[in-house]
Amino acid sequence: MILIWLIILLTGSGLLAWLAGRWSNTLPRVISLVANLFLLGIVITMWLKSVPGTEGQWVSSYTHAWVPGFGIQIKLAADGLSLLMLLLTSFMGIISVLASWKEINKNVGFFHFNLMLVLAGITGVFLALDLFLLYFFWELMLIPMYFLISIWGHENKTYAATKFFLFTQASGLLMFLSILALYFIHGANTGVYTFDYEQLLGTNIAPNVAFLLMMGFVIAFTVKLSTVPLHSWLPDAHTQAPTAGSVILAALLLKTGAYGLIRFVLPLFPQASQQFAPVAMALGVISILYGAKLAFAQTDLKRLVAYISVSHMGFILLGIYAFNEMAMQGVVMQIIVHGISTGALFIIAGALSHRIHTRELAQMGGLWSKVPRMGAMGLIFVLASLGLPGLGNFVAEILILIGSFPSNQLLTILATIGLITATVYSLRIMQKVFYGVKHKEWKIADFGFREMVVMGSLTVVIIWLGLFPSPVLRLSENPVRNIIEKVNQSQTKSAQNEAATTDYMSVRRLMKEQHFNTKNKNVNTKE
Amino acid sequence: MSERDILRILPMMILAGGTILTMLLVAIKRNHKLTFISTLTVLAFSFISLFRTNNGLPHSIGDLLLIDRFGTYYQAIILLAAFLVSVFSYISIQNFFPEKRKEEYYLLLMIATLGAGMMVISTHFISFFVSLEVLSVSLYGLISYYRERTKPIEAGLKYLIIAAMSSAFLLFGMALVYAISGNMAFHNLADTVTHLNTPSLLMVTAGLGLMIVGIGFKLAVAPFHMWTPDVYEGASSPVSAFIASASKGAMVAVLIRIFVMADLYHFNKIMEVFVAIAVLSMLIGNLLALVQKNVKRILAYSSIAHFGYTLVALVSSREIGPQAATFYVTTYFVTILAAFGLITLISHSDREASHIKDYKGLFWRKPFLSAVFSIVLLSLAGIPLTAGFMGKYFILTAGVGGASWLLVFVLVLSSVIGLYYYLRIIATMMKRKKEKVPLARVFLVFSASGIFVLAVLGVLIVWLGVYPTWLMDLVNSLFITVY
Repeated sequence: MILIWLIILLTGSGLLAWLAGRWSNTLPRVISLVANLFLLGIVITMWLKSVPGTEGQWVSSYTHAWVPGFGIQIKLAADGLSLLMLLLTSFMGIISVLASWKEINKNVGFFHFNLMLVLAGITGVFLALDLFLLYFFWELMLIPMYFLISIWGHENKTYAATKFFLFTQASGLLMFLSILALYFIHGANTGVYTFDYEQLLGTNIAPNVAFLLMMGFVIAFTVKLSTVPLHSWLPDAHTQAPTAGSVILAALLLKTGAYGLIRFVLPLFPQASQQFAPVAMALGVISILYGAKLAFAQTDLKRLVAYISVSHMGFILLGIYAFNEMAMQGVVMQIIVHGISTGALFIIAGALSHRIHTRELAQMGGLWSKVPRMGAMGLIFVLASLGLPGLGNFVAEILILIGSFPSNQLLTILATIGLITATVYSLRIMQKVFYGVKHKEWKIADFGFREMVVMGSLTVVIIWLGLFPSPVLRLSENPVRNIIEKVNQSQTKSAQNEAATTDYMSVRRLMKEQHFNTKNKNVNTKE
Repeated sequence: MSERDILRILPMMILAGGTILTMLLVAIKRNHKLTFISTLTVLAFSFISLFRTNNGLPHSIGDLLLIDRFGTYYQAIILLAAFLVSVFSYISIQNFFPEKRKEEYYLLLMIATLGAGMMVISTHFISFFVSLEVLSVSLYGLISYYRERTKPIEAGLKYLIIAAMSSAFLLFGMALVYAISGNMAFHNLADTVTHLNTPSLLMVTAGLGLMIVGIGFKLAVAPFHMWTPDVYEGASSPVSAFIASASKGAMVAVLIRIFVMADLYHFNKIMEVFVAIAVLSMLIGNLLALVQKNVKRILAYSSIAHFGYTLVALVSSREIGPQAATFYVTTYFVTILAAFGLITLISHSDREASHIKDYKGLFWRKPFLSAVFSIVLLSLAGIPLTAGFMGKYFILTAGVGGASWLLVFVLVLSSVIGLYYYLRIIATMMKRKKEKVPLARVFLVFSASGIFVLAVLGVLIVWLGVYPTWLMDLVNSLFITVY
C-alpha cells in the first residue's frame, strides 16, 4: 500500500506546486523539497524495516485491478534492488530541487510540477511489476521531461527536446509491441491473458521469437541507457536541458534503462539474453571507448559530461551481460555512483554556465583562484568519475571489470582501457576549466551556502560509497543473485548436452566466488 | 410500420420532428439564441429517448433497419457530438458571422445528425444510401455556410463534387452487387456469395470494390483523402468537428456492420485492399501533416491517419477488431471535438486562428486553454494518461492478436512520425514572449459555456486514459448482438 502512496505523494505535490506557483516563486520549491524529503524518509524507513536476508523477496507490494478485462493491474512491488533505486531517486530529487533553486525563475510552479511528475514516472518504473503499467510509467516520464527541456532549456531546446522524445517514444513503442506479443503468447499457452510480470516469467516461447521479442525490450532500454549507436539524443538533451533536467536525466532516467535490462530482459528472456550477450558486451565496450573519445573532443562542458555518461553506461551494459553476481553488483553500484558523480558534474557545469553565460571550455580557464570552492568540488567529482580508489566509482568499475573478466577476457581488457581514457578526459576538465591560462577576467560568485550543502552531501555519499559499499551491496545481493541464477539455470539447461561447458561453468563459479570473497575481505579490511 | 417500430426509432423521430418544429420557430421569430436553445432541447430529448427504447433490443424493421445496442451506442455518441458542435457553433456564428440568417445553420446541423443517426442503424444498401445522402446534402450547406467568404465556398464546392462522385461510385457498386445477389441487405451478401460461380463472384467483388471507393471518400482514407484538408480549412471549426466526428464515425459504424454482417473477412482480395488503404492512410496522413503550417490542415491529415489506425483494428482481427475500432472512434470523437472547440475559442477577430504562428506563446497567456490543447494533442499522439493511448493500445492489441505485423509496424512507425507534428504545436505554444509573439492580433472569444465544455472534454480525455474500464466494458457489450 505504501508504494502507491509514494507515487500519489509525488504527483500530488507536483499539482500542489503548480497551484502554489500562482502566488509565490518560493512556495513550489519548498513543496517539492518537502515532498522529496518525505519520500527519502519513507524509503529509508522501508530500508531499515526490511529484514536482512529477505531482500530477494518483495519487501512491500501492492496489487489492484485496473482494466480487468485485459488482465491489466496496478502491481507495484519493491525488493532490495528497487529500494536502492528509490533511494537514489529521492536523493537526487532533493539535489535537483536544490540545484535549480535560483536557476529557475520563470513559471516556477509549472517547472516543479514537471519535475515531480518525472520523478513519479521514474519511481513507477522502478516499482512496476505489470508490463502494461511499466510501459505506462515509461511513457509518463517522457512528457514532463520534454517540457523541462523545451521550456527551461537553452538555445537549441526545441530540437533537443523533440529528438529526445522521438527516440524514446519510437523505442518505447517497439517495447510495447513486444509486451503485447508476450501477452498473447502467454495467453495462447495458458489461457490466462495477463500482463503480470511474475506470471509471464517462464513463458514458453520459441527461441527465435523470444529473441525478437527481447530485442524490442533491449532497444527501448538501450536507447534510454544511451548505448552507442542509439546514444545521439543524449548529448543534445543533456546540453540543452536546465541543470535539474540534466541531473535527473543522468542520475535517474538513464538508469531506468539499466534497471529494465536487469529486472525485465534477463528474467523474461534468459536464453535469448545468453545469445545476445556477446553483442551487448561488445556494444558496451564500444560505448565506453567511443564515449571517452568523444568526451575528449568536446569543447562544450555539458556535452563533455554527457559523453562521460555514455562511456560510463557502457560499463553498465558490459556488467549486466557478464551474467555473474560480482559484475551485476558492480552494475548496481555503478548505477548509483554514476548518478551522484555525473549529477554533481552537471550541477557544477550548470552553475558555471549560469554565472558566465557560456559552456565553451575555451572561454574558461584559470577559474580556481576565482571560485576555489567550486574548483575543489569539481576536483572531487572529476576524480570520482575517473575512478579514483576511495570514491564510489572505483568500487563499481572494478567489480564490473573483475566480474566480466571470466565471461569475456578480450572485451574486458578493452574495457579496462576505458579507465585510462577516463583519466585523460576527466583531467582535461580540470585543466581547461580551473587550471591553465585565464582567457577572461570573470567576475563571478563562488558556491554559496545552498550549493555547498548540495555538493557537500553528494561528496559525503560518494566517499561513503567508496569506503563502505557493503550496505548497498548487501541490499542488492539477493535480488541480483536471483536474477543471475535464473539466467544461468537456462544456460545450464541448454548446455546439458555439452558436458565440456558444464565443467567450464563450475570452474567459473569457483573463480567468481573466490573473487567475491577476496573483494569482501578487502572491503572489510578497509573498514 | 407497427407501433413498436415507431417506438424503436423514436429518437430519430424526435430529431426529425424537432427539426421541423425549429424550422417553424424560425419562421415565426428569427432569433439566434432561441433557435440555438431549441436545437439543444431537441438533441437532448432525442438523446434521452435513446435510453427509453433500450429494452427489447435488438429490433429489426424489415431488412432496412436494425436497432441494436451497437447502433444505439453510435447514435448516442453522434447526438452528443452534435450537441457539443452546436455549442461551439453558437460561439462561432455569434462572433464571426454577424450577418443575417444565422438560424438555418442549426436546421442543417440537425438534419445532418439525423442522417448520421439513421446510417448507423441501417443494414440495407437502400437505407444506408438514403441516410448517407441526407447527411451529405446538409453538409454541403454547412461547409459553405459562411457564404460571404471565399474559402468556405471553395470548400463547399469541393465537397459537393467529391461527395457526389463518391455517391455515384457507391451506387454503381450497389447496383453490381444487386445484379448478382438480387438482394441489398448486408447479411444476405454473405449467404449468396458462398454458392456463386467465378464470373459472378468477380462482379460482386467489383461491386464491393466500387463501394470501397465510395466509402473511402466519405471516410477520407488514402488514396481518397484529397478533399479533407481543403474542406477542414475552409469550413468553420465546428463544422470541421462535425465532419471529423459524427460524419466519419457513422461511416465507421456502417463499415463495421458490413464487415461483420456481410462477413467481409472471407474475401481475401477485399481485405488486401483494406490493408493497403490502412497502410497508405497512416503513412500519407502522417507524412503530409509534417509539412503543414495550418493547424486545421494538420488535424485534417492527422484524421486521415487516425482512420487508418481504425482500419488496422477492423481489418486485423475479427474477434476484437470491431470493439477496438469502436473504442478508438469514441476516444477520437472526444479528442477531435475538443481540438476544434479550442480552435473556435482561440481566434482572431476576422478569421479563425488556424495558422501555427497564432499559437506562439499561447501557454503563457492562456494556460488553461493551452493545457487542454496539449492534452488533446498528446491524446492524438497516443501518449499515456490520455484517452488516445488506451485507444491505440486497444488497436495494437487487435493487431498483434490478429498477427498483422505489417499493419502494426506501420502503425508504430507512422505514429512516431505523427508525434513530431503534435509536439511541434506544443513547442510553439511553449515559446516565450521574447520570441516575438504577436500579442495584439489574437482575439480570444470569451465564452463560459465553451470553456466549460472544453474542461469537461479535457477531464474526460484524462479520465479515459486512466480509467478506461467502463468504456471498454460498454463497448465490448455492444457486440453480443451483432454476431
